[in-house]
Amino acid sequence: MRKVFLALAAATLLTGPAVADDVKIGIILGFTGPIESLTPAMAAGAELAISEVNDSGSFMGGSKIEVVRGDSTCIDSAAATAVAERLITSDKVNAIMGADCSGVTTAILQNVAMANGVVMISPSATSPALSTVADNGLFFRTAPSDARQGQVVAAILKDQGYKSAAITYTNNDYGKGLADSIETNFKKVGGKVTINVSHEDGKGDYGAEVAALAQAGGEILIVAGYLDQGGKGIIQASLDTGAFDVFYLPDGMIGDSLPAAIGDGLNGSIGDVPGTDSPGAATFEKMASAAGFKSGPFAPESYDAAALIIMAMQAANSTDSQAFKGKVMSVANAPGQKIFPGELGKALKIIAGGGDVDYVGASAVELIGAGESAGNYKEILVKGGKNTTVRFR
Amino acid sequence: MTDFLNVLALLSNFAIVPGLAYGSQLALGALGVTLVYGVLRFSNFAHGETMSFGAMATILVTWALQARGISLGPLPTALLALPVGIAITIGLCLVTDRLVYRYYRQEKTQPVTYLIVSVGLMFLLGGLIRFIIGPNDQVFNDGTRFILKAGTFKAMTGLDQGLAIKTSQSITVVTAVIIVCVLFWFLNKTRAGKSMRAYSDNEDLALLSGINPERVVMVTWIITGALACIAGTLYGLDKSYKPFTFLQLLLPIFASAIVGGIGNPFGAIAGGFVIAFSELFVTFAYKKVLAYLLPSGFAPDGLVQLLSTDYKFAVSFMILVIVLLIKPTGLFSGRTL
Repeated sequence: MRKVFLALAAATLLTGPAVADDVKIGIILGFTGPIESLTPAMAAGAELAISEVNDSGSFMGGSKIEVVRGDSTCIDSAAATAVAERLITSDKVNAIMGADCSGVTTAILQNVAMANGVVMISPSATSPALSTVADNGLFFRTAPSDARQGQVVAAILKDQGYKSAAITYTNNDYGKGLADSIETNFKKVGGKVTINVSHEDGKGDYGAEVAALAQAGGEILIVAGYLDQGGKGIIQASLDTGAFDVFYLPDGMIGDSLPAAIGDGLNGSIGDVPGTDSPGAATFEKMASAAGFKSGPFAPESYDAAALIIMAMQAANSTDSQAFKGKVMSVANAPGQKIFPGELGKALKIIAGGGDVDYVGASAVELIGAGESAGNYKEILVKGGKNTTVRFR
Repeated sequence: MTDFLNVLALLSNFAIVPGLAYGSQLALGALGVTLVYGVLRFSNFAHGETMSFGAMATILVTWALQARGISLGPLPTALLALPVGIAITIGLCLVTDRLVYRYYRQEKTQPVTYLIVSVGLMFLLGGLIRFIIGPNDQVFNDGTRFILKAGTFKAMTGLDQGLAIKTSQSITVVTAVIIVCVLFWFLNKTRAGKSMRAYSDNEDLALLSGINPERVVMVTWIITGALACIAGTLYGLDKSYKPFTFLQLLLPIFASAIVGGIGNPFGAIAGGFVIAFSELFVTFAYKKVLAYLLPSGFAPDGLVQLLSTDYKFAVSFMILVIVLLIKPTGLFSGRTL
């Protein structure tokens, strides 16, 4: 028995240094739950950046990056915390690309990432509360805060000539933050909010909720929810009873599955989703289809989040979060050479040679404030059963 | 006068029509619970999942039919698949009785043991369903969606308020009426129905008069399975099929059965409608109704809502507690069929 232990100990000692060269990045997204139709493309986006770097061979003297996936569930903070705990303490990831929904992201940040000092870059957590949360400089996001989305929503509604609106939001940090931001901004531009109430996800029937919304009235119904969950139920019930004909769909409601499920009734509805007309977005879409997946909402942001982690590590020449957390902002912003998707290998060479890069990426990344995207949005119009882009804001 | 008609249309659209459909679904569910309680003398907590299982079986058959291009034109294909779904659900009920409940019956176990056994069965069935069809929303409603659209109604009558009637809502009500008539005919006119009632009324006396108890139990499970499958399918057609919602449905179903008097089929139907309409009317916002009825200038600014819609299930609880406190046997004294 003792011999076995000795052999094991020797084996551990021998393999130890070899493993240390490899870098692990955790991808924590809601592979199950209310945005499960979006997360496969998001994870594929992040993994695309990582395989691009691995193929280039210029990351930290040829180190390879390994991906460990975890399920955030989007809504269950306890489950998300447990997954993050496992990834950090047992899989020993060096950084986390994630999480996705604001509530679980806050939970992971405060309970696990800060306690263990691991950098997190979220591609899609948009709650305004995350701008001011204490994070020891460990948290960044390539998604804009909903404080910014509220301004965009108000501007779009005003341009389309809507004067009154009813708001319903999914009862969590994301929904509440966004709904309040929309209400404040819409009132600022002279609009009237008739009602601002929450709905619970996971019900079979939203008739009673829609009845209350219909009594408050309004020209348009703003549904700050999730497309695979209560948001869909609310829209279906509103159309069935004729309570509302047009809907405003914020970022959590944009996806191909919604027009497919609702059908013609959704035509004419408007919405927004983070996106840009920078050349990087088009390049990323091409790379995505070449890699065999279809880019979707937050997939470019996921690519950028993973890319930022890798470039910051390269710039600090260390995989220790405490060392590279200070480099995230400098690789993301000017000065330096502009870097687009597909040029990660080039960027790593520039950084290794002592140069400076300004990462633009797939979503025109510009980190402001405490490390969040300044925010570019696509204005969406549902036409002929498809989400079409009207213009960029 | 137009104001009054507008109020009528408004209430019909958001409370009365959905309430009739929801009440029918609850009544069919509560009938199943009440039959099992009346004959087998225990509260069957697995009934919600049995409904879910029946709906799932119907959905799978519907998909098979749709794949072969078979449809019912304006009616949902699920109606064609329903008989097969019913047969499968009856099969499930008979198998669970044979494997689980028969043992406890022979042991002459306490009703509370049965209850716990049914809770166990509920979890088992719930897992099985998610294993087969997954936890997601399934949409299987095809055919014409509306009998009357809100916009058409407005154009027809010139009123401000629309009234929409979905095909699934009318199918639900019509089916419920037919099923209830057939059930009462069966219980009152046929030999098997009479022996069921006799057995439920006094087990020993029924045994003495030569009624075969195993046969009565089998007939009960067959009817319960059919009712559960129909109720589950109608609920899924009208709303959407999601396995998790049937656990939430269990509370209003039991409330319906108990409010009407558990064990009494007539009470189950009445209870279903009492619960459905109270859930809708207590959480309804009366702002527009008052705006029409009150003189102009008196219209309220708030929503005039007694309870937020989040407390919908609390309404069933409140009614349940009140009935149990004041009239524990229910509105129509229960216990026997």
